[in-house]
Amino acid sequence: MGLDFTVVPAYLDTILIGVLWTIAITVCAALLSFFGGILFAVIALYAPWFLRLPVRLFAWLFMGTPLLLQLFLIYFGLVELGIDLPAFVAGVIGLGLHFAVYNSELIQTAILAVDNGQMEAARTLGCSRAQALRKVVIPQAVRDVIPPIGNNMIALLKDSALVSVIGVSELTLSSQLAIGRTYRPFEFYAVAAVFYYVVNLGMEAVMRRIERKTSLSR
Amino acid sequence: MDIELILKVYPYFLEAAVVTIELSVLTVLLGLICGALAAAARMSRFRLLRIIGAVYVSVFRGTPALIQLFLLYFGGPQIGIQLDAFEAGVIGLGLNIGAYMAETMRGAIVSVDGGQTEAARTLGLSRTQAFRKVTLPQAMRLMIRPLGVNINAQIKGTALVAAISVVELTYTAQRYIGSTYKPFEMFFLAGVLYILIITVTGKGISYLDRKVRLP
Repeated sequence: MGLDFTVVPAYLDTILIGVLWTIAITVCAALLSFFGGILFAVIALYAPWFLRLPVRLFAWLFMGTPLLLQLFLIYFGLVELGIDLPAFVAGVIGLGLHFAVYNSELIQTAILAVDNGQMEAARTLGCSRAQALRKVVIPQAVRDVIPPIGNNMIALLKDSALVSVIGVSELTLSSQLAIGRTYRPFEFYAVAAVFYYVVNLGMEAVMRRIERKTSLSR
Repeated sequence: MDIELILKVYPYFLEAAVVTIELSVLTVLLGLICGALAAAARMSRFRLLRIIGAVYVSVFRGTPALIQLFLLYFGGPQIGIQLDAFEAGVIGLGLNIGAYMAETMRGAIVSVDGGQTEAARTLGLSRTQAFRKVTLPQAMRLMIRPLGVNINAQIKGTALVAAISVVELTYTAQRYIGSTYKPFEMFFLAGVLYILIITVTGKGISYLDRKVRLP
């Protein structure tokens, strides 16, 4: 059974819709992981122990286990708890939480690296502790870790392929649908790989832009 | 938490953990070989080799590992590559992590001060000798820790072969979640084993790193 790419165009619209879903899930999960990462970092550093401990435990579990396993936990675990979410939402939560933990590690280090004088100055000017964190310390910390967070987001794009196993019809699953009808796995997975590669390039360009916009040495 | 159930199924998880360890060891070994070859190719004097190395790294880092695995396992037979799921898992994931390791190794080699090569050349060593006796030993020290990060990621990455039905930890957890409807217990069991494997490996790598670090 040689290769025959002429079967691909008939399924191009299915695949393109898959690409859109991949972009949608990546953007949603990236936003969740970014703001979740900030939240986790603040809790891990400043919250009282009864908040800090669960977040630390959660981070430890999520950094030590595979994303695929976490997706199964979230998808089936939520059902077990009586929460029946669509696969897309479960996928966003799973991917978002997984990368939030990694982002949180970066942001924690960055928050600690912001000069203490910044907090002191803000407090002297009459800001409360929370205000000083929100308006002075965190913006500086986040700006410092934009490049590594960007790398995490690019990893997130590629890992979004995993949500196909819980039934989100993104690029990987739509390719599988086409394969199910045509029995041409090589052709469609190769096409999917090309689309991922292109989206990946696009995302790298977006990240570079964000880095340039947010860096101080403009 | 259903302790009784955990006690009943844990032997199957232990067996599965052994497969996860096998997969980790084999993919890391293959990854180190591919990584070293690709890093060498990318720094070669020959343009063609540099291009091949760059394309390998870019393609394998630019597409999802899951797609690479599916392409090899399901698409392989169409181009005459017949592999069982375990073999496809090792080769697919090994090639994938190899691309990341290539960048790690290249980064370490590039970060060795250029003056070292110059000094070695001045002392009469050939280009190859200078690389082998001066640059590489220093670079090897620098790359242990970042390679450790790659290895940590790869241990978790072996979970992907669950998608092509290799019976390892994640596949086993998934199967028992399906049959017992106890997702939290199964996650806990598999999670503990993953964390154990990762922690032990991490300790080994830090030990190695301390051993070879210059004072």
